[in-house]
Amino acid sequence: MNVKKGDWVLVHNVILNPDQRAPQVPDDTKKVPLEMWVKGFLNHDASINDEVEITTITKRIVKGKLVETNPYYKHDYGKCIPELLQIGLQLKGILFGGEDCE
Amino acid sequence: MSYLGVMSRRNEIMKNAVGIDYELFESGTVDFDYEKMMRETGYTLDEMQNIQKDVSICNTPLIELKNITELARKCSSKGKGARIFIKDEASSPSGSFKARRAANAVYHAKKLGYKGVIAATSGNYGAAVASQAAMQGLKCIIVQECYDSQGKGQPEIIEKARKCEAYGAEVIQLSVGPELFYTFLRLLEETGYFNASLYTPFGIAGVETLGYEISMQFREKEGRDPDVVVCTNAGGGNLTGTARGLIKAGAFDTKVVGASVNLKGLHMASDTQFNKKSFTTGHTGFGIPFCTNPDRSDVPRSAGRPLRYMDRYVTVNQGEVFYMTEALAQIEGLERGPAGNTSLAAAFCIAQEMDEDKIIVVQETEYTGAGKHIQPQLTFARENGIDIRFGNPEDEVAGESIILPSHPSMIKIKDLDLNKIKRSYIKNCIERINLTEINEKDLEFLVKDTKSSYEFVKEILKELGVNCLKENLGV
Repeated sequence: MNVKKGDWVLVHNVILNPDQRAPQVPDDTKKVPLEMWVKGFLNHDASINDEVEITTITKRIVKGKLVETNPYYKHDYGKCIPELLQIGLQLKGILFGGEDCE
Repeated sequence: MSYLGVMSRRNEIMKNAVGIDYELFESGTVDFDYEKMMRETGYTLDEMQNIQKDVSICNTPLIELKNITELARKCSSKGKGARIFIKDEASSPSGSFKARRAANAVYHAKKLGYKGVIAATSGNYGAAVASQAAMQGLKCIIVQECYDSQGKGQPEIIEKARKCEAYGAEVIQLSVGPELFYTFLRLLEETGYFNASLYTPFGIAGVETLGYEISMQFREKEGRDPDVVVCTNAGGGNLTGTARGLIKAGAFDTKVVGASVNLKGLHMASDTQFNKKSFTTGHTGFGIPFCTNPDRSDVPRSAGRPLRYMDRYVTVNQGEVFYMTEALAQIEGLERGPAGNTSLAAAFCIAQEMDEDKIIVVQETEYTGAGKHIQPQLTFARENGIDIRFGNPEDEVAGESIILPSHPSMIKIKDLDLNKIKRSYIKNCIERINLTEINEKDLEFLVKDTKSSYEFVKEILKELGVNCLKENLGV
């Protein structure tokens, strides 16, 4: 019970099991469930992996498995792509360096 | 609630959630009164401009790309290389032209007394709806297709979720699959919110101001309309709205070109292929199906009908768009997201076919930042085993490689066969209601909806074994 009522959390849910999926989905997708993630304030004390109830930012009540507390964004500007450095140098060479395209 | 059970109630749920009775515009056969739908459920250009001005969406900058134009001239034969301009929609409140669509949808929802709005989108439209909902004081839920079954998501999509949450929206993230629509319908039922669909008449009419502004800004700046406007094409609303706005301005000679990223071979609903694509919008996976069947959208009749307005449809490859995105930053000092750069890559190439005194305009840019930038997208691609290298873009295979052109002169558009696409569209119309004969009004509708001719449509109907009956007009 280390996650407290009112904490901002992320829950996970399975919306459709593989056998409930839409008839038109490709075979690889049919093998996996349709999953959902949504954030909200925890309605009661709980622990990670518990089935819990949350109140979302629009005040909807959603049930699901508690997967994260204070979820944050982990995306960033990525790693170095050395090729990108060459593009500006090449273009400046063509435009301002006297080199011609033809 | 089973998938099919919820889907069978879709029309009823939608009627409550968009406040439009689409049956009023239906004839019962192929024909439906598109212009009446736009007129009676949309807004006039004046009204739209006022709604948008009120939320600071108007007169985005029109920027001449002098260095990119110069580069195009160095790559073309003498006397060729039209002047390339870009309409900087990234300066809209939510960072893309989608703010225009959202402004009207959210305004309309508020006018009808809805407490909140819902939109199903992984793209900029979610952020736009969230931004407008924040401004206009409505609640907002965005449903997005985000992760594969391994829990991995494109940095670009995750960034868009962040932006929606930054504007106070609730974001529901789903794994891959068309059942996003099922979840969407259930949410509409549960909340009673307004469906801020991308494809309603007011959503599309919201973009008309963009086409209109382009014409007005060019007349003021250059004393004339542009020769060509290139629109990145996905669901078709961007192109439709822009073209309608140009027509409303009287810019009848301006050609409208659609551009999409070529993602041939990648299935949009495939769990394993979902993260093999490096473009989350503006690609052929949306562009082609929405051209050949616009009514596949989340409302009974889509107001985005790109074939009605498109003069030409071209594709570019992923590596070419990434290259042009970097070029825009490096030689024009404009760091912008990938979607608008799809049409920039196409415009760079089309400009080389045109004389130097002609004008070509890329009608949108979008914001960029962490996640929604070429570096994280390329990092993600490389980590997914995609081969990224310099070479000939022609050798690129979607899902396997991203080939950055070794030289800008290697950027080449590919023309799609518009007649083939129009044929598929007509076939879909006929098959949907399983007809063996249609009337003259249907014929006229098909001609208009494909921007073609009676001869063209009649020939295809003949191939399909469909007769055209002379209608008894009751005279």
